[in-house]
Amino acid sequence: MKRLALLIALLVLSGAGATPAAAQEGGPTPSQDEVNAIAKNLYCPVCANVPLDVCGTAACAQWRQQIADLLAAGYSQQQIYDYFVQQYGPSVLAAPPPGGFNWLIYLLPPAIVLLGGFLVWRSLTAWKRKPRLKAKLCNTKFAKKIEDELKARRS
Amino acid sequence: MNKPKEEQTSILGRVLAWIFLLAVLALVAVQLDRSQRGVLTRGEAAPDFTLTTFDGQVFGSSEMEGKVVLVNIWASWCKPCEQEAEALQAAWLQYEGRGDVLFLGVDYVDTEKEALAYLDRWDISYPNGPDLGTQIYTAFRARGVPETFIINKMGEVAYVKIGPFQGIDEITSVIDRLLEP
Repeated sequence: MKRLALLIALLVLSGAGATPAAAQEGGPTPSQDEVNAIAKNLYCPVCANVPLDVCGTAACAQWRQQIADLLAAGYSQQQIYDYFVQQYGPSVLAAPPPGGFNWLIYLLPPAIVLLGGFLVWRSLTAWKRKPRLKAKLCNTKFAKKIEDELKARRS
Repeated sequence: MNKPKEEQTSILGRVLAWIFLLAVLALVAVQLDRSQRGVLTRGEAAPDFTLTTFDGQVFGSSEMEGKVVLVNIWASWCKPCEQEAEALQAAWLQYEGRGDVLFLGVDYVDTEKEALAYLDRWDISYPNGPDLGTQIYTAFRARGVPETFIINKMGEVAYVKIGPFQGIDEITSVIDRLLEP
């Protein structure tokens, strides 16, 4: 019985001793695919228009390692993006965060498409209407007189 | 005489279209102007900024007031930065005890682990910290690393160095001139 109690105590102690070590490591090492899945939505802050997953500079290798470290520490994808924005500014994001002037990027293209659609619709409906000349004549004070004269000539 | 409703709508549409077009052009012009301004030049007022160092010290305008301040923008991945690291540290050791000269290292888009390793490798002892959100880099309108700005006691940019210093003399000659009464 004493041996069993000693064995249990040893197991508990060894387990307790292992827990902080596991916590320090922070979790399993993330795979290259997991790192690249996040890196593809981030851009190299010092190269022109190069996504982080395909960037070959030493700086990009450091940032990919940073992503791996953060993943291992338990950061979520969004937390990693937030971290990169805090460290390097919003220009690292593949898509700018909505807010302030950035709204223009999201609102202008659909607004232009809608405006274009409206103009096309307006032009098409205008073509279907009566000829413009007749419409204008009807609005003048001489319109009725001219129409009467035309009728008189026809008859 | 009142204009027909259709004509009024057409005029309003044209006015709105012109306002929209002018607003877009104004926005593009402002952005172009910002991007074309280039780095800060001699005589311009230095921008206000605050640097929090890797060990938590904060350097703001009150710490810089009345001092000659050297702001060096660097990164651990920047090879040319290594060329001037030794000269910068040697120059700092010359002025460290005076109290009227301050060196600040601004670490641009870097990872902390590599940045600290870089500082350790070059025995750099003057205050260094990360440029969070590239705010300092943007405020100085820097275009790359390394770039160094030396600010006189009046808070004006007195010297701009694009690229690495070639030696300690290049640094001390500027600072000594600014320290002359």
